[in-house]
Amino acid sequence: MTLAEIRDNFERNRIAYFYILPAFLIMGFVVLYPFFYNIVISLSNMNLTHFRDWKFVGLRQYMAVLSEPKFYEVFLKTVLWTVINVFFHVTIGVALALLLNRPLRGRAIFRTLLILPWAVPQYITALTWRGMFNYRYGAINLWLAKFKPVLDPIIDGLNRFLQPVLGLTLAHPPYEWLSTPTGAFAAALITNIWLGFPFMMVVALGGLQSIPKELYEAARVDGASRWMQLRKITLPLLKPVMIPAISLGVIWTFNNFNVIWLVSDGGKPADKTHILVSYVYREVFNYYRYGYAAALSMIIFLILLVFGINFIKRTRATEAVY
Amino acid sequence: MSKSNGQRDPLYMTVLIYAVLIIVTVVTVYPIIRVIGISLRPGDMLHTTSLRLIPENATLDSYRQLFTEQPFLRWLMNSTLVSFTVTVLGVSLASTAGYAFSRYRFIGREFGMIALITTQMFPVTMLLLPLFLMLLHLKIYDTFLGLVIAYSATALPFCIWQMKGYYDTIPVSLEEAARIDGCTQWQTFYLVVLPLAAPALVITALFSFMAAWSEYLVAAVLINDNSLYTLPIGLKQFQSAFDTQWGLYSAGAVVVSIPVMILFLLLSRWLVSGLTLGSVKG
Repeated sequence: MTLAEIRDNFERNRIAYFYILPAFLIMGFVVLYPFFYNIVISLSNMNLTHFRDWKFVGLRQYMAVLSEPKFYEVFLKTVLWTVINVFFHVTIGVALALLLNRPLRGRAIFRTLLILPWAVPQYITALTWRGMFNYRYGAINLWLAKFKPVLDPIIDGLNRFLQPVLGLTLAHPPYEWLSTPTGAFAAALITNIWLGFPFMMVVALGGLQSIPKELYEAARVDGASRWMQLRKITLPLLKPVMIPAISLGVIWTFNNFNVIWLVSDGGKPADKTHILVSYVYREVFNYYRYGYAAALSMIIFLILLVFGINFIKRTRATEAVY
Repeated sequence: MSKSNGQRDPLYMTVLIYAVLIIVTVVTVYPIIRVIGISLRPGDMLHTTSLRLIPENATLDSYRQLFTEQPFLRWLMNSTLVSFTVTVLGVSLASTAGYAFSRYRFIGREFGMIALITTQMFPVTMLLLPLFLMLLHLKIYDTFLGLVIAYSATALPFCIWQMKGYYDTIPVSLEEAARIDGCTQWQTFYLVVLPLAAPALVITALFSFMAAWSEYLVAAVLINDNSLYTLPIGLKQFQSAFDTQWGLYSAGAVVVSIPVMILFLLLSRWLVSGLTLGSVKG
């Protein structure tokens, strides 16, 4: 582009800059400036004792993060958290969308009721489920106790296989949901799966409705079974719609502070229930290790950026298609 | 829309599908019913192992206490004020910015769009510390102003993308006709395009409102003064004590959730099209 062309483009589109200016001013203030400020903090030794008289220490905080075993433990847990959640969100969401995309009486009612978890504010969901996981009074253990005569033989049966093969033994209910690390993590997972599947369901429903009916008619004429139609038409055509939604879901879940923090009441028991974002929060606002936490944040961001570049490429690919 | 592929299911399939749908729906709705049930329990029944949906001696006493003995009304007003301000800001800024991205091929457009997606990858906790220090410096820490700005900025990227996606579906020829009739650029946008984008505006408003109404973390960090508490921090208080006040918490949760749930369901028809057009088609 020559200088004249740049000036010409600018003249023609001057109003566009006025349109985006206010939005980008606010974003600059809340997102961009803090982002760069965070980089500065991550290169410093700022903490409670060095709050005003901090100095640059280079990459020392990054080294500190990467040399701490706890970081890898939490990172692994975050990956596990993200994969399990998104897997269930997508499978439950797509399965329900497939069921709801048929001529069924009462479809609209089912659809409405199934979106409800999305409509409830996230912190309410988390705090409510925390109550339901209470050992003595929570609904989950009370229901498990009701079904104990049925569940116990099943668990015994499973253990007969699991123990020799994996060395695992499943416990019998009632479970100590919130006072053991495994229990608290499972509780947070169940909560987050509950609140997350409606988004995937809604996106999948939108995608299903845009598949042309003629394709199925043609397939039927050719004698394709339903299973074949699902595998060869429905799922492949659903993919371009689901991939951006899944990428977004991964980012949201990876960064979802509310559920893990509120269900485990700040990482209890004994700071064992953390994913990276809640771990950062604890470092900042409970331990005041500012430099360290800023470096940790940058590392989280870089992990997501690598993932996200892939996401942006795909979004642009779909943009090009339409 | 009514039939996916024109085939009728055999009877056993229909029964099976209904069974699955009913079980999943019951599990989905149960936590919501449960909270409503707990909110109706009389004070001496809060710790009980009963699983009844509607408790014995059901009473609205928790609601009375919530509004008369707790600062709940104050939190409600604070949250409403903050959420409405964020909604107005979100709708006006996203509708203009989205329009620019949809219609003008200006230098920096691509970069701007990608920058918007990139912000979605920032962990909130990363921005909180610098933001907290900044607001302290500017002396707007512990004010609604700080909170409103922070909420608007977090809601904007999604709203702008969503608006841009919708504008893309409106034919440009309408604007060309308006320009020929003598409208200025601004009038064309304001009088022709904006009314056509009403469904997307509604979704943007809903998203901005929910972002502010349901946000806990940023408020917990940026607000310290009791009299400025918003609903999320207030309700969390009922649980943070050694003995959780289940009746008060549940009643509060119901009051906070019911309006947004109704709003959400009323608008869910647009939500589907808005999402598939806005965020997915790009």
